[in-house]
Amino acid sequence: MRHQPSLLLGIYQALKRTRVLEDQIYYLYHHQNPEKPLIIGKGYLSTGQEAISVASAFALQPQDWAAPSHRDMGLHLARGITFKEIFAQYFCRTTGLTRGRDSNVHFGSAERKIVGFISHMGAALPIANGLAWAAKYKKEDYAVVTMFGDGASSQGCVHEAMNYAAVFKLPVVFVCNFNRWAISTPVKDQMAIENLATRAAGYGFEGITIDGNEVLQVYETVKAALDKARSGGGPTLVECKTFRMGGHGTHDPSPYIPQQEKDYWKMRDPVLLLRKFLEEKQLWDEEKEQVLIAGIDQELHEAIRWAAEQPVPEARSVLEGVFT
Amino acid sequence: MPILSYGESIRSALASEMRLDERVYVFGEDMAGYGGVFGVTQKLLEEFGNTRVRNTPLSEAAIMGEAIGAALAGLRPVPEIQFSDFMTTAFSQIIDAAASYHYRFNTSLPLTLRAPHGGGMRIGNFHSKCPEAYYFHTPGLKIVCPSTPYEAKGLLIAAIRDPDPVIYFEEKKLYWEIKGEVPEEAYELPLGKADLKREGKDITLVTYGSMVHLALKAAQVLEKEKIELEVLDLRSLTPLDEAALFQSFKKTNRVIVLHEAVQRGGIGGELVSLIVEKCFDDLAAPPLRIASKFCPVPVAPTLEDAYLPSLQDILEGARGLMRY
Ligand SMILES: Cc1ncc(C[n+]2csc(CCOP(=O)(O)OP(=O)(O)O)c2C)c(N)n1
Repeated sequence: MRHQPSLLLGIYQALKRTRVLEDQIYYLYHHQNPEKPLIIGKGYLSTGQEAISVASAFALQPQDWAAPSHRDMGLHLARGITFKEIFAQYFCRTTGLTRGRDSNVHFGSAERKIVGFISHMGAALPIANGLAWAAKYKKEDYAVVTMFGDGASSQGCVHEAMNYAAVFKLPVVFVCNFNRWAISTPVKDQMAIENLATRAAGYGFEGITIDGNEVLQVYETVKAALDKARSGGGPTLVECKTFRMGGHGTHDPSPYIPQQEKDYWKMRDPVLLLRKFLEEKQLWDEEKEQVLIAGIDQELHEAIRWAAEQPVPEARSVLEGVFT
Repeated sequence: MPILSYGESIRSALASEMRLDERVYVFGEDMAGYGGVFGVTQKLLEEFGNTRVRNTPLSEAAIMGEAIGAALAGLRPVPEIQFSDFMTTAFSQIIDAAASYHYRFNTSLPLTLRAPHGGGMRIGNFHSKCPEAYYFHTPGLKIVCPSTPYEAKGLLIAAIRDPDPVIYFEEKKLYWEIKGEVPEEAYELPLGKADLKREGKDITLVTYGSMVHLALKAAQVLEKEKIELEVLDLRSLTPLDEAALFQSFKKTNRVIVLHEAVQRGGIGGELVSLIVEKCFDDLAAPPLRIASKFCPVPVAPTLEDAYLPSLQDILEGARGLMRY
């Protein structure tokens, strides 16, 4: 085995925590009282592509930074954001990560070295560069990982950021979650190339295409890219082929995606793939699975109960923190 | 006359112009099969095919650039930016390229940029802003803000037929919420012509877009207190119907400017300045601006409601003005 069992089991648990949490968000969204909703707005889930986010988080050293995209729940959890914080964020409570000022995936946490999310697709990449430049400037040995989708890759700022990172040899790893759909837009309407990684050559650094549903492949590739970045080797583009198993958000049943595409990727579910691997190595079984799920469920329900009791922001606080 | 929602009326305008004029075509993110994220362009693909109804990559600057080039080549492009907030990623194309073109080269640039606009839907700062002031500040752009299904169609047709670049802000909250009579055939409502939505002798309330409905509600309440609001719907900000504004103001001698965009640096300041400069002797009370609070758009319902202009703000404002 290439990896320690503890690492493999840690990654599996992280995948599962992400999946179960997001399933719960989906369930709550569809079963809450519309008159008094707990979830304000919608949910944007990573179901089917959790491996990218989780593996990238596991590849990071504690001193590294991350500038994730909107489908990176796994990274947030792995970096220590709690279920309670997530639900308080989704419920827009004062104790949430944005204190009710923003909702769902629009958060981050500087203490946990996670850049706050900007909705404008691709906006995280230039910011990741800034963090990476600061590492060089201050002679600190951290690197930065940043995520974006195949849709985001069409933004000008993504091209600017990649070229910029190449010019200054910044310690940054660009991780693309190539999930083939940007809302309803299929990737053939997005780009005329097969593999995004080929673009890296045009900027002057290495681009690698991997299977984004094979969590260990993602882990190894991102880890190697981060090590390279930390030792002065400059940026890498890691393209992870994957699939968004749900719609764009909890509200979207994604009728535009052909059923056979959905069926194909269901068999390639990254959580199931790792589970099978662990079972073959006799590291996992149904009993362990049940214990894990029961633990996650309990923590989830406690978190939901807790978050539902948290205070909503007071109207008179609306201008707090604005300079005039 | 058919009863159409605001969204259907926009669709009807697009379809009728596309039928009448081969040069008119629509494009943007998720516009084709999916019909855009708000469903406004549904069914157009079936009728007009994928040259005239086209999905684009997630690239606002390129979308706007295409519109400018295609307009120069004699087409009548109608690009869509998915949320008006995302116009910032096309800012340079809009401000630097499109806006000054006519002035510098004496060349017509007949393009109409459609963009959903405004808040109240608990979807946060990246999906709710009212950014018209940035564009209002820029010479060379026309800006339209329809308030009802009737205006939506007539103003969109006028915008498409206009020889200059027009930004057409659509109130996303109104898409499926309000309905009204809309003529089947194509008709134009001239740009630069305000509409008196309600006559009154005491206060001129000048507004546009979704705020027209709030103003009319306020007028109904104030009627019972014997305060007559005159509600002037500007319909377009550039060109601006100064004559209608002055005419109404000279009758009432009191003015409230109401808009959903934040107050500082907003349209309200400009309208108030115009009145003070041009009609100083007619002022019976200080002009009043009612707008959103000066902060990013928050999500928590308590906060977003506190952020947005309210009925109460107008009632209190009007009562205050009447005490002069
Ligand atoms: C600049 C910009 N334009 C439009 C949008 C609206 N939008 C939100 S998500 C999305 C699709 C994103 O696709 P992708 O980057 O592939 O990520 P995915 O959602 O597939 O994970 C779009 C168009 C946006 N957020 N930012």
